[in-house]
Amino acid sequence: MDMSVKKKLGLKEKYALMTRDLGWEPSYEKHEDVFPLIHYEGLKIHDWDKWEDPFRLTMDSYWKYQAEKERKLYAIIDAYNQNNGHLNVTDARYINAMKIFLSAVPSLEYNAHRGFARLGRHMAGVGPQVACQMQAIDELRHAQTQIHAISNYNRFYNGIHDWKHMNDRLWYLSVPKSFFEDACTCGPFEYIIAISFSFEYVLTNLVFVPFVSGAAYNGDMGTMTFGFSAQSDEARHMTLGLEVIKFMLEQDPDNLPIVQKWIDKWTWRGVRLLTIVAMMMDYMLPKRVMSWKEAWEIYFEENGMSLFKDLARYGIKVPDCVEQIKKEKHHISHQAWTTFYAAAPMTNFHTWLPNEDELDWLSEKYPETFDTYYRPRFEFFREQAEKGERFVNPNLPQLCQVCQIPMLFTEPDEPTQIAYRQVEHGGEKYHFCSDHCQHIFEDEPEKYVEAWLPVHQIMQGNCFAEGDDPTAPDFDPIASVLKYWHIVPGKDNGDFAGSEDEKNFAQWRGMATSNQ
Amino acid sequence: MSDVFIALQTNEESRYIVEALLQDNPNAVVDEQPAMVKINVPGSLVLKRETMEEVTGRAYDLQEMQIHLITLSGHVDEDEDEFRLAWND
Repeated sequence: MDMSVKKKLGLKEKYALMTRDLGWEPSYEKHEDVFPLIHYEGLKIHDWDKWEDPFRLTMDSYWKYQAEKERKLYAIIDAYNQNNGHLNVTDARYINAMKIFLSAVPSLEYNAHRGFARLGRHMAGVGPQVACQMQAIDELRHAQTQIHAISNYNRFYNGIHDWKHMNDRLWYLSVPKSFFEDACTCGPFEYIIAISFSFEYVLTNLVFVPFVSGAAYNGDMGTMTFGFSAQSDEARHMTLGLEVIKFMLEQDPDNLPIVQKWIDKWTWRGVRLLTIVAMMMDYMLPKRVMSWKEAWEIYFEENGMSLFKDLARYGIKVPDCVEQIKKEKHHISHQAWTTFYAAAPMTNFHTWLPNEDELDWLSEKYPETFDTYYRPRFEFFREQAEKGERFVNPNLPQLCQVCQIPMLFTEPDEPTQIAYRQVEHGGEKYHFCSDHCQHIFEDEPEKYVEAWLPVHQIMQGNCFAEGDDPTAPDFDPIASVLKYWHIVPGKDNGDFAGSEDEKNFAQWRGMATSNQ
Repeated sequence: MSDVFIALQTNEESRYIVEALLQDNPNAVVDEQPAMVKINVPGSLVLKRETMEEVTGRAYDLQEMQIHLITLSGHVDEDEDEFRLAWND
């Protein structure tokens, strides 16, 4: 009897059988009817089979490894809860960084899931279809684990009791929300350049790596574990981003200017979005791993430049906005934190002034700017607070029509002058934080005039609590807006010092370390 | 020449991956950060199944590494014997 055992399939063979072999050409429907979205953006694709996942991950292995990641994640989350892990963080101020993350990011993950599910359907090759479907499932997993993670914090701390409601309404949360909605309303090729290449490949390291490592450094096992679990999928997503660029550029030389324009646009959009991460790294982690500027230099200026050097053979150029970003890396985290400090009554987290040690750290990390422009500002805020006149900006800010960030950035070469651009379109005035956001608007004005800008909506009377009467003589518009956001003033926001969070944390930590 | 890199969560498994990477890539530089380890190599990097099997003392599927991965940089190419990262410049 022939007892020869069939050899186990090699990775390439297995990938070919379980991916390529599942694709077929339609016989009784026209190709363009089956894939109606792949032509209108102007990309020319001649051979979809040229797109291959270099990890050669097949669905059976995908499920096996994802299940393993989930088991690891929940083992740690269980241990975290069983040990009152939230009391192990370095300093309860830190939890405010988590409030921002958990208010903003789960909806981004969910929108990423929607975006990739759509691409899994509409990309006409089996390679990208499978990779996009895997990513769609990954993103749904990230949304779920992050929403689950909220319950590890909101049982104990204020401000994140109603994240989804706030995500759709609160002023600063419209920045990340509109970023992803902008991407989701693009064609499939622009979406994949926006998210897979510009965001995942070029920028995601700046969000997850130093920040999640920072969570670990600050004793926050809960965040570290869901952060790294999500990040373990990210390497695959980044690889998809790089593959997609190579694929588009190798398919037809006419694709170059289209792809370059998208890279320029989405690199800028992504960097603007990361302003808040810069602030979290420099101001909200009590123990800091590295400054925003250092992270930017490692992950963008070194690593990102290696990437652009590699892509130069296709004719891809480093986006123009990089020159401006190089100048802004010395400023944006400080400008953002002073803005949030001054807007303390309008947020869902607590703010504080950096203490003496922290000011020294910032001076050391930002030798070119901190002592000249920002330290005096914080010292002034401190004097004011000591006199009982805590500085608050009572006005609603003007927002950039594209990135939706308040006009807080300064001119690239003049750090004492707020940057301000204005364009007229269809008889209306539109405002921008920068030349780059203005150019994005001018390229597609009909899209960006549709932006839901929280401040405009408040001014138009669309954001008052149900039942409140704006014509009543004692009507307090800001109080009504906070009620509409489900924010309790002073409890969910304001100074960390003297807050319920501060008091509870001190009391619980005391109970955890003594018999009192 | 630009560096490629790979970053892993620090845990019992990834200790072996780092050990194997250091054996297979004599120019590797290890950068330890809180809860993670980043390995930088000029130009290109390789992780060999054979080396992993030697250091772990068991059969090893290179795709298992994905569980511990945090991030990487460079073009990926993987088959059952080797995982490679490289820049083409």
